[in-house]
Amino acid sequence: MKNFIVAPAPHAHSGDSVRRNMLLVILALLPAYVVSVLEFGYGALITAAISVCACVCTEWLISRFLLKEHKQTIGDLSAVLTGLLLAFNLPSNIDWWIILIGAVVAIGIGKMSFGGLGQNPFNPALVGRVFLLISFPAQMTTWPQPAHVDAWTGATPLYYLKYIVKEHANTTAANDVAQSIDSLPDLMQSLLGAMGGSLGEVCALALIIGGIFLICTRVITWHIPVSIIATVALFAACTGWFGGLPEGMDTCHYVGYELLTGGLMLGAFFMATDYVTSPMTAKGKILFGIGIGFIMMVIRTWGNYPEGMSFAILIMNAVVPLLNKFRPTRFGEIKK
Amino acid sequence: MVNDQIVNEIMRTFKIGGVHPQDNKQFSAHRPITECPLPKQAIIPLVQHIGAPAQAVVKEGDKVKVGELLAKAGGFVSANICSPISGTVTKIGDWTDAWGAPGQAIFIDVQGDEWLPEIDRTPDLIRSCTLDPKAIIDKIAAAGIVGLGGACFPTHVKLLSPPGKKAEVLIVNGVECEPYLTCDHQLMLEHGDEIVIGIEILKRALGVDRAIIGIENNKKDAIEHMTKLVQTKLGIEVLPLKLKYPQGGEKQLIDACIGRQVPSGALPIEVGAVVDNVATIYAVYEAVQKNKPLISRVMTVTGKKVTKPGNYSVRFGTPIDEVIALAGGVPVDTGKIIGGGPMMGRAMDHTEGMPANKRLSGLLFLPEAESIRPEEENCIRCSKCVQACPMGLEPYLLQRLNELEMYDEMEKHAVMDCIDCGCCVFACPAHRRLLDGIRPGKAKVGAILRERAAAKAAEKK
Repeated sequence: MKNFIVAPAPHAHSGDSVRRNMLLVILALLPAYVVSVLEFGYGALITAAISVCACVCTEWLISRFLLKEHKQTIGDLSAVLTGLLLAFNLPSNIDWWIILIGAVVAIGIGKMSFGGLGQNPFNPALVGRVFLLISFPAQMTTWPQPAHVDAWTGATPLYYLKYIVKEHANTTAANDVAQSIDSLPDLMQSLLGAMGGSLGEVCALALIIGGIFLICTRVITWHIPVSIIATVALFAACTGWFGGLPEGMDTCHYVGYELLTGGLMLGAFFMATDYVTSPMTAKGKILFGIGIGFIMMVIRTWGNYPEGMSFAILIMNAVVPLLNKFRPTRFGEIKK
Repeated sequence: MVNDQIVNEIMRTFKIGGVHPQDNKQFSAHRPITECPLPKQAIIPLVQHIGAPAQAVVKEGDKVKVGELLAKAGGFVSANICSPISGTVTKIGDWTDAWGAPGQAIFIDVQGDEWLPEIDRTPDLIRSCTLDPKAIIDKIAAAGIVGLGGACFPTHVKLLSPPGKKAEVLIVNGVECEPYLTCDHQLMLEHGDEIVIGIEILKRALGVDRAIIGIENNKKDAIEHMTKLVQTKLGIEVLPLKLKYPQGGEKQLIDACIGRQVPSGALPIEVGAVVDNVATIYAVYEAVQKNKPLISRVMTVTGKKVTKPGNYSVRFGTPIDEVIALAGGVPVDTGKIIGGGPMMGRAMDHTEGMPANKRLSGLLFLPEAESIRPEEENCIRCSKCVQACPMGLEPYLLQRLNELEMYDEMEKHAVMDCIDCGCCVFACPAHRRLLDGIRPGKAKVGAILRERAAAKAAEKK
């Protein structure tokens, strides 16, 4: 009598895997990465390489020697992704040892200290990034300018909007303000990434393409990115209606800048949608996105930093357990 | 091709969740229904349905003919079992099925093939039925018909609307959403006429003037064929459905066909629907028009490496080894033999001594490589199980709650709504065995609910 394998149903599987999802996210990041390499040159290559290697090594070392796990998890590519995302959030000319510290904090504190993949409440790459931002504020906010941009040099557009334009408005003549506004990149430049910023955040278009790819391949759902972007757009438009705009700027331009510059697209499509640290249900995801968009705009408008995407995501990460209380619509609850 | 996709997109389907497994029906699709030869000895289990076991009315040494009552329904929710073969009863006793569940069975030595004289064995169609609803339901009960789609709920019980409830529409389940299985598909192609007559009989029994035949879009020829057959019939329509598992689930099919959702814990009659599978309806036709009780069914025997996959008409009691032999034997690298389809079917430990019965809709042979479940990884909280669940539950949470033995919370999170469809496990990228935890948790919560109801009833007294 031959005995066969007995296991409970189902006996079929979609073929999906953790590794496949991570790989698709990495693929989706590639367009933005290519733009970064074109704009920032070797710096982009080296920063990403150091960050990825450091993240993978940290995970392996901790898992092997500290946790003494028998099975290593670096094969699931989640550490590679964390490394890549961390690099995307750094200036491309940053010192190698700062990257190293960021990677150790991201993986060591942000991920492994909670028990590895699936257990961490906060997005590891952002934990690393914010740690660096607070520890090395100067290095973290000195942006190299893209190689071929000569029309405009200086800090990031958001920094410019926040400090320089406003300062001019307070202190100097009106035509200075107009000049400083003129020297901002136009919206098309912002969309294509011809401006200063962290390694991976500059080209909104490439990030949007990657994001749409992720939605189409069902790696992520539309809820988080769409609700973040919609909230930011609405907030910016309201700022316009209530007359809070920098002088010499119309609402359309302002909304465009808020959406296309800074870390918004990178955050909305790639950081906030991190599986582990985002809510489980559609309702939760939408509230999560609204919260991120709102907090980020509050920071950008009134906060001490020109950019607040990382903080907004980390703050909302902490709210996720509560958001998971919003359960899905059960069968039988949909009225005809 | 692109056109097909657009048509598929606009078709109706159920609203929540669902997954798209590879349908793998090509192995056995369009293979004509083949009669399986009679066995030498038949084993007739007394449990072939949901509810109380049937009670044997024959004794050792009795001679029985095909169609004779062997065991009568053992309760309100139970079903008769009629003899599928003729011969001598040699033993009535303990028997264990291929999954290790103990029970009783009647063993019969087969002699010849002698039928009860009142059974009409000709292939002639008998179209008219003038019986009143009560007589129809009695005939169905006598024939021991149960739902052949998988649940095996006694059909006559379904047809008796509870007081105060009125059926409005009969929904005919021609979905066959389980991958690999093709028996319902082939039945529609070969016995469409009988099914349409069966639908008219059931409409009469239920007093409804509308019937909808739901068929998934991967069976275009069946949709065409059935549409042609019902063209002249009033109040029967064929509804092509968008491909999505588990569309054949009762609640999902009602949602897809008439857009109404059966509330949690309620029966389909709550929204005015009664659902019956095409194979069940074919059995109804045979019972009412031909006096032939439910003694056989079409089984799909299939798998990627099976040499003669196909659809076999098998008398109950026939050892499945004989059906397997007909299909070319067990393929060499078989790791799992599944009774039913890959999503909800049960893996058998062995095939010896296991007979065909009302519950067994197919045999699927999975190669070893597909039989071993990959190792579980950490939950990455991707929410794919939540998106996949057709009942709108949170499988990741239910599984965790079961680990923590938090049954009150499980009840609050509607574990009793779980239909066991397997979508969550199918979708999980971390290969987590969510149902392995949800199933026992659901059983536990069910027991707690029953206890509570009993305590309440005692209090009232």
